[in-house]
Amino acid sequence: MTTITSTAPATATGGTSASAHRAPRGRRLLRWLFVAPALTYMALFFGYPLVNNILISFQRYTPKTYFTGEAPFNGLDNWRAVFANELFGDALWHTLLFTVGSLLGQFTIGLALAVFFSRRFRLSGLVRAVLLLPWLVPMVVSAVVWRRILDQEHGMLNSVLHAVGLVSADGVPWLSSPSVALLSAVLVNIWIGIPFNMVILYGGLQEIPRDVYEAAALDGSGPWRTFRSITLPMLRPVITVVLVLGFMSTVKILDLILALTSGGPADSTQTLGTVTYQLSFLQLDFGQGAVVGNVLILISAVFAVLYLRANRADFGKGK
Amino acid sequence: MKQPTNTPETNRLPRGVRLRSAWNTTAALLILAVLLFPVYWMLNTALQPDASIAATAWFPTSPSLDNFETAFSTQGRSLLTSLGVALGAVVVCLALAAPAAYGLAQFGLRGGQGIVFTTLITQMVPGIVIANAMYSAYAELGLVNSYLGLVLADASLGLPFSIVLLRAFMVSIPTEVVEAAMVDGANRFTAFVRIVLPMSRNALITAGLFTFLFAWSDFIFALTLNTTDDVKPITLGIYQFVGAHVSDWGAVMATAVLSAVPAAILLVVAQKYIAAGITGGSVK
Repeated sequence: MTTITSTAPATATGGTSASAHRAPRGRRLLRWLFVAPALTYMALFFGYPLVNNILISFQRYTPKTYFTGEAPFNGLDNWRAVFANELFGDALWHTLLFTVGSLLGQFTIGLALAVFFSRRFRLSGLVRAVLLLPWLVPMVVSAVVWRRILDQEHGMLNSVLHAVGLVSADGVPWLSSPSVALLSAVLVNIWIGIPFNMVILYGGLQEIPRDVYEAAALDGSGPWRTFRSITLPMLRPVITVVLVLGFMSTVKILDLILALTSGGPADSTQTLGTVTYQLSFLQLDFGQGAVVGNVLILISAVFAVLYLRANRADFGKGK
Repeated sequence: MKQPTNTPETNRLPRGVRLRSAWNTTAALLILAVLLFPVYWMLNTALQPDASIAATAWFPTSPSLDNFETAFSTQGRSLLTSLGVALGAVVVCLALAAPAAYGLAQFGLRGGQGIVFTTLITQMVPGIVIANAMYSAYAELGLVNSYLGLVLADASLGLPFSIVLLRAFMVSIPTEVVEAAMVDGANRFTAFVRIVLPMSRNALITAGLFTFLFAWSDFIFALTLNTTDDVKPITLGIYQFVGAHVSDWGAVMATAVLSAVPAAILLVVAQKYIAAGITGGSVK
């Protein structure tokens, strides 16, 4: 996060090197050779898709396109079709619920754990490290494990809840009822996202100088008051970055949902990501898939701007 | 950790503090148990030979490796595919990222800051959008269902992160070190290979490990850029496995355990780099 800050001083001396006898222009060109391969690759794998996705959204793709290679432009047809599709509105709403629900849960629990682990006690570092495991395991794999745990008939969760007397013998249809499935997906995603939030917020907490807390203690401030008047405000730049990054990674999640519910039951867990996949790769209508993808990018872009602004604020304070 | 651990209170009440520390440790272990339960359940189910459709026992009282045998025989090839593709992605990614990071860190290129900004932003492009737009290009270039195609796509998962991470490290390498080598007759490139790369070893390892993990975890590219089973990484393998053999949960969970091995290794081997990696690159 602090990476953008430090270029200027380090590079100022870069020009006065031993190869000064070469033509400066040639030297400058030579330097670009270090950066050029990566830039070319990024242009191909990030720039091209962004542009091409916009173009595709105005073209008519059918399964036939893959034999003929023809994808005629069709104006706003794809856009109209997507916006008229009821599934699009539903997916937009599900994406919002999934993202906001996930963020709330991940952030709250992550912050609580970060504060807890800021206390000094034995094994603190070790436990913190092991807690990262859920974040490192491939998302599809986590989703598959949870699918087993959440199984209505044979899942562990229902048998425990039943044993405790919280649910009837039928159990909760975690993944098989349209009214519960999205909530289940949110719960699983909260579980996946806790470590990320915890680590970054923990790092932020370590940056707050100790003497501020000592001064507050001298003034007789209680723990809750200290948390609200010192910890939260001083943590704000970090909180913004965590939430924005969390938003951008959550809004596009696809693997978790596909492996958990495949968008079902009854489309109740379809999000913009799964709909893009479904339109493009199952119905082979890349044009309509691109429309939904563009909406997804637009939403991400709004938060990218927020991220950059948050970074700049961070940068201004940091140095 | 840098702060002194003794608050005034510690000196006065060592016993009370120690008691509180024990209490906190207990609470921490409890949190660990709750949050890591799914991981335990994955192992537990994998170790029970008849954990089929019926409810699974709480503990593997008579553990067996039968499920792992099934997992290896049905998913072994996918595990190898993932290994190959992830290693390939690491090579491509580091080969592109290291010189770029060095250039951005030390050359004062015009527009360098803009490039770093752009690099940060590329991490926000949804994978499905890239797949959507790349598919037609891949189809034309014959890269669908190819190892090369998947390696190139997966390298994109680690590239922005690696550039940002390596650049942050290389900024701290004094320019004099490189200049000294160039006085001795090395050109920019050999100085980079002989001096800068060895000095950046730790940062390269971190970037490489994360790139490996991203590529190993990739599902979207594996799913969309392959239409046959020729190139099937383990993430795609387990996804199809669940669909087809949903009754054989023991074997599915054994596969899950195997596919979580790189994460576990990373956690043990590179533990100290992980927090730096997460915050430094602001990934995922």
